Amino acid sequence: MENDKLVITSSPHIFDDDSVEKIMYGVIIALLPASIMGVYYFGLHALLLIVTCVITAVLTEALFQKARNYPVTIKDGSAVITGLLLALNLPPGLPAWMAVVGTVVAIILGKQIFGGLGHNPFNPALVGRAFLVASFPVAMTTWLSPVDATTTATPLGLMKLEGIPTDYWSLFIGKIGGTIGETSALAILIGAGYLLYKGYIDWRIPLSYIGTVAVLTTVFGRDPIFHIFAGGLMLGAFFMATDMVTTPITKKGRWIFGIGAGILVVVIRLWGGYPEGASYSILLMNGITPLLNRYTRPRVFGEVKKNA
Amino acid sequence: MKGSETSQMNIKTFKGGVHPPHAKFTKDKPIEKARLPEKVIIPLQQHIGAPCEPVVSVGDNIKVGQKIGEPKGFVSAPVHSSVSGKVVAIETHPHPIGSDVLSVVIESDGKDEVFEGVKPYGDLDSLTADDIKNLIRESGIVGMGGATFPTQVKLSPPPDKKIDTVIINGAECEPYLTADHRLMLEKPENIIFGLKAIMKALGVENGYIGIEDNKPDAIEKLSKLAEQENNIKVVVLRTKYPQGGEKQLIYAITGREVPSGGLPMEVGAVVQNVGTTNAIATAIKTGMPLIERVLTVTGSGVKQPKNMLVRIGTPFKEVIEQCGGFNGTPGKVIMGGPMMGLAQSSVEVPVIKGTSGILVLTKQDAKMFEPRPCIKCARCVDACPAYLLPTRLAHFSEKAMWDEAEEYNALDCIECGSCSFVCPAKIPLVQRIRLAKSQIIAKRKKK
Ligand code: SF4
Ligand code: SF4
Repeated sequence: MENDKLVITSSPHIFDDDSVEKIMYGVIIALLPASIMGVYYFGLHALLLIVTCVITAVLTEALFQKARNYPVTIKDGSAVITGLLLALNLPPGLPAWMAVVGTVVAIILGKQIFGGLGHNPFNPALVGRAFLVASFPVAMTTWLSPVDATTTATPLGLMKLEGIPTDYWSLFIGKIGGTIGETSALAILIGAGYLLYKGYIDWRIPLSYIGTVAVLTTVFGRDPIFHIFAGGLMLGAFFMATDMVTTPITKKGRWIFGIGAGILVVVIRLWGGYPEGASYSILLMNGITPLLNRYTRPRVFGEVKKNA
Repeated sequence: MKGSETSQMNIKTFKGGVHPPHAKFTKDKPIEKARLPEKVIIPLQQHIGAPCEPVVSVGDNIKVGQKIGEPKGFVSAPVHSSVSGKVVAIETHPHPIGSDVLSVVIESDGKDEVFEGVKPYGDLDSLTADDIKNLIRESGIVGMGGATFPTQVKLSPPPDKKIDTVIINGAECEPYLTADHRLMLEKPENIIFGLKAIMKALGVENGYIGIEDNKPDAIEKLSKLAEQENNIKVVVLRTKYPQGGEKQLIYAITGREVPSGGLPMEVGAVVQNVGTTNAIATAIKTGMPLIERVLTVTGSGVKQPKNMLVRIGTPFKEVIEQCGGFNGTPGKVIMGGPMMGLAQSSVEVPVIKGTSGILVLTKQDAKMFEPRPCIKCARCVDACPAYLLPTRLAHFSEKAMWDEAEEYNALDCIECGSCSFVCPAKIPLVQRIRLAKSQIIAKRKKK
């Protein structure tokens, strides 16, 4: 009989179909083209790294939550994304054990110690990557050529250290040195198109981020097309600077986030010690996201200017 | 000329909002007269404001349209009998809005005899503005969209507030509900007549009827009639929730923003619901006070969804029975629409003046979701028609940070539910924001 009780909840009584899971799995689907291209260019070891990172991420999250007696939430897909994104940010020849270390750091230090999904201030995959760069600087900057699997330099490295440009077509399809997932702009754009179509990312950050890089590199007399397609900018702009949890909730905040990250990338690339700056630019902007949220609150409907 | 063609082309709307499925299954079902109830339970409070005093006693024989409750304050509205018969009890009874309310229970004698005092008020031309306001008050007319604010109070702005625009809210943006739509189709002349009466009561020259573009038949019908009037326009609105929110509607039609914390009259506008407008027209033409209303009985949990003309005081149960009864075991019974309606704990509650619909959801459709952590997707932010940050407000509410909630303008929330509707984490945002609002108001009162 108690089954026949009417449900009493406050309004609304209907809900949109989208769920956290749907969004997360949507992002995973959108990362597939870049993952497949990475494996295509860099071979089985790239595949091994991807699988290792994903499995490690899921296991780490499950074990951590079990140990802490928290509900285990690995089914929501967010740990898979962290593992996958980290893998796509690794050099294709990295030893697998290093990838495991990076993933554990990403999940625990990047996400779980803050309280899990939704509470982390920094993009967990980028935290993992930053940790690896600091711990294993050589391995993290050893790049393979997709043509003959010999070590090579990235286009940004070639440009920065030797002034050698790379042709646009290779940059666009990804036949260049770089991390597993960043090289093929084409594959990234396919995934990004899907996310935009699904409404899972907002266009403001990618546009302002990439736009700022284009404008500034032009102003400083560099080749903007080269700077957009080389390095991790595309992957970062569409998949990491759009991470909902770690980026602003206000529209104005998103514009500032994108522009700020764009400026940082250019500063790091042109004057910094590294040839690449996408990850750091996003991490730094993650750090000021709470401030951006606070100071870019939209005008409330009907808000009247306060005349004291 | 002035009617439709210019407005047809430009569809007006507001910023924010959501697109729930329309689910208007009953839009083509003509309004059906419900059976005369054998017994009605008429609450003495069916409006925002002071409750009424009963003016009948147990044992009295009364007729349709006879006053049974007299208002006590300015913000109040009298209550009338919806049947002829005998008063059998004056007692507290469950009410669809919250707690028990003193109600007059009348057993119908089945004769449906009309009270002698019910007489047409005559021509609109022969009535003064004050006549109209008085007859609206005497007829017990309140906002029938659900807010149930006494209509004559809305029509009596303080002298320093100049009203220049009257808007009839024909948006009916709540999914499922089609009562206003059917009224516009079946009684379009009443809508125009009622609007003219309201305009006269306020001494206003601009009358608008705002209708969402998913009701082209109603737009066409009313536009034709509006063409014959020189100061009434039909405005086509984009189908988007909450298009019928008072502030959103005024913004869409006039471009004016009701100031934060203010009332529509501060931008010179008065909004009236379609049902209310029809009730005003009926009262003037026939003298019959508000004793019945059109409502939509719908949802996956009723066998034959319908639009019905129901006497006030009829228990929900009887109305649902006339729609083929429940379809399986009902999970939820809601008074109003799915976005802002009130879930009921029993179907014994009576239909009141503000009952725009009875929505029954099956067990399956009434399932509840476990809230997940906020992923800061900002969909709630994009959806909020008041331009608030629902995720932040809900967070403050959860942490009992009432001052922060106030600073983030919680009081500007119109409780439309758009944020909760879109939230992928299924966080009960409005519920939390409502709590914050009540805390802020309580705190202000203390000062
Ligand atoms: S819609 Fe829900 S999950 Fe998204 S930001 Fe708002 S509260 Fe958070
Ligand atoms: S915060 Fe209030 S006004 Fe804004 S969407 Fe939610 S319920 Fe509607």
